[in-house]
Amino acid sequence: MKAVLLMGNPNVGKSVLFSRLTGVYVVASNYPGTTVEYTKGFMMLGGEKAVVIDAPGTYTLEPASRAEEVASELLEEADVVINVVDATNLERNLNLTLELIKKGIPFIIALNLWDESKHTGISIDVRSLEESLGVPVVPTSAISGEGIKTLVSRVAEANPGSYQYKEEERWFEIGRLVDFVQKVSHRHHTFLERLADASVMPATGIPIALIVMFAIFQIIRWVGESLIAYVFEPIFEKLWAPLVMRLSALLGSGGFIHDVLIGKLVEGEIDFVESLGLLTTGLFVPFAMVLPYVFAFYFVLSFLEDSGYLPRLGVLVDTVMHRLGLHGLSVIPMLLGLGCNVPGAMATRVLETRRERFIAATLMAICVPCMAQIAMIVGLVGRHGAAGLGVVFGTLFAVWIIIGLVMNRFLKGESPEIFVEIPPYRPPYLVGLMKKLWMRTTHFLKEAVPWVIIGVFIVNILYALHIIDFIGKITAPVITRVLGLPREAVGALIIGFLRKDVAVGMLSPLGLNLRQLIVASVVLTMYFPCVATFIILIKELGIKDMAKSAVIMVTSAVAVGGILNLILRIF
Amino acid sequence: METMNLTQLESGQSGEVVFIEGGRNVTCKLSVMGIRVGVTVTKITSQLMRGPVSIQVGGTQLAIGYGMARRIIVEVDE
Repeated sequence: MKAVLLMGNPNVGKSVLFSRLTGVYVVASNYPGTTVEYTKGFMMLGGEKAVVIDAPGTYTLEPASRAEEVASELLEEADVVINVVDATNLERNLNLTLELIKKGIPFIIALNLWDESKHTGISIDVRSLEESLGVPVVPTSAISGEGIKTLVSRVAEANPGSYQYKEEERWFEIGRLVDFVQKVSHRHHTFLERLADASVMPATGIPIALIVMFAIFQIIRWVGESLIAYVFEPIFEKLWAPLVMRLSALLGSGGFIHDVLIGKLVEGEIDFVESLGLLTTGLFVPFAMVLPYVFAFYFVLSFLEDSGYLPRLGVLVDTVMHRLGLHGLSVIPMLLGLGCNVPGAMATRVLETRRERFIAATLMAICVPCMAQIAMIVGLVGRHGAAGLGVVFGTLFAVWIIIGLVMNRFLKGESPEIFVEIPPYRPPYLVGLMKKLWMRTTHFLKEAVPWVIIGVFIVNILYALHIIDFIGKITAPVITRVLGLPREAVGALIIGFLRKDVAVGMLSPLGLNLRQLIVASVVLTMYFPCVATFIILIKELGIKDMAKSAVIMVTSAVAVGGILNLILRIF
Repeated sequence: METMNLTQLESGQSGEVVFIEGGRNVTCKLSVMGIRVGVTVTKITSQLMRGPVSIQVGGTQLAIGYGMARRIIVEVDE
């Protein structure tokens, strides 16, 4: 089978083109470096099936980062390359093209973002470019689909190119080529461009960032709360509860099977939060408490990603992040971590050095609760008023800064400076946005629902076998003396390794007071990542670094929980 | 004509890159992003407290850390 490799600079639309060619949807975002590992798919090429590989974005074939190394290695196995070139940035993109010519592999150029280049007043003489390079050049707009068919039909004409140049004169040659084929007409700044500049200037950018953050928070709350109040709660209370009650009566309102499936009835009724049965809490937690917020979060995040705002936010917070041994772009793994720690951990790969990846992954795993957990904390602690939530999230934020400062002080090595391309603002591509939202939401359901149900099941078994009592006794000194929690809270800490949202839910039947709820929420966030994140972190950091990271997690969780317990007792 | 580094450039001011302090690694990293001797760059803004400098070069906007920006020397017409 022929192997077709998509290759080009970061953020030129390779992933969207890949989706167009193969029908496989991959996550694309408007910031460089979304694709760190390569993706494979298949397409029909001249009546034959061919494998298509979406390489990570690379500026050069002289590897400087991990993503570029991967791209260079992939090149060795390719039969034909589709060089995706950003028509709005011809000069910078042609560098890779000329490097490709030296490799002698047949290739074809997709001159992508063609529609955008026309809007920005750039006109490129496609035929002269094609003649100069000796390689087919096809203008494309991956988002609208323009030019894709022509591109596919011309892959057969791919060839190594005939352009001759001396290596040391590469940039000079590129300049000459660009002057020859491209005309730029002057035009006024568009609204989006002025907004783009305003959002990186400190005087306007910081207020804009605050407004954006506030808006994100409000939209998530509004979407999440509306879905819960008008969709999910009515479904569970009006449709599901009567069915489960009938089943409960059939099972004789008690007994082991009843307790596993339905759980304990509270005053003769089902309490979806406290009953802890597979069919009650096991379904209510993922669907009615967590899903609405996860959906709302990803809706906002996907929009932010596609707009191009995130790298600008990264530039604005760069100075602060430097104190923590990171640079501004690490806001991306942190923000993704707020949705789910797993993609957050994977996104640490965009950082260049091991030190940065260690700091970013550790900080995220300790201090960034995922949306599922946030939703449960809001549901549980929020009942006692907003002040409690303020203490929980304020503490996590303070710990994030303190642990970052400490790690930056004591870890060997240096963290490099930010050096990144800031993409133009682009109106999000709605179909892509909806697909991304759909993928992330279904991914959450596939991951969460089985684990929540398994978690609830294990809790029931552990209770029935008195194992929770036993571990509770052993760990009692730490749980009760240091953290001031009842011994039964140990069950939540065990389950927190499987699913943190279930763990927070398990606190609710324990009758904790506000102080205990706050301490438990903070400790549950900090002490250890959930099993899915844990596995990814081992892969990303290696076992040795993960062990170091875990020591930091456990000790800081106990220390912060203990201190919080002491301070809150005073009030 | 006046020579200065990128951090000293005023927002909105343009200059021609005349020299880049640093080894092959640095110059290579900068050149693939479009910053080379001879090109004109325009400063967009810089962040407070030695934060990164944002510039426009060709059709691209870049954010460059303060330390690296200080090694990029430009010549400005007066």
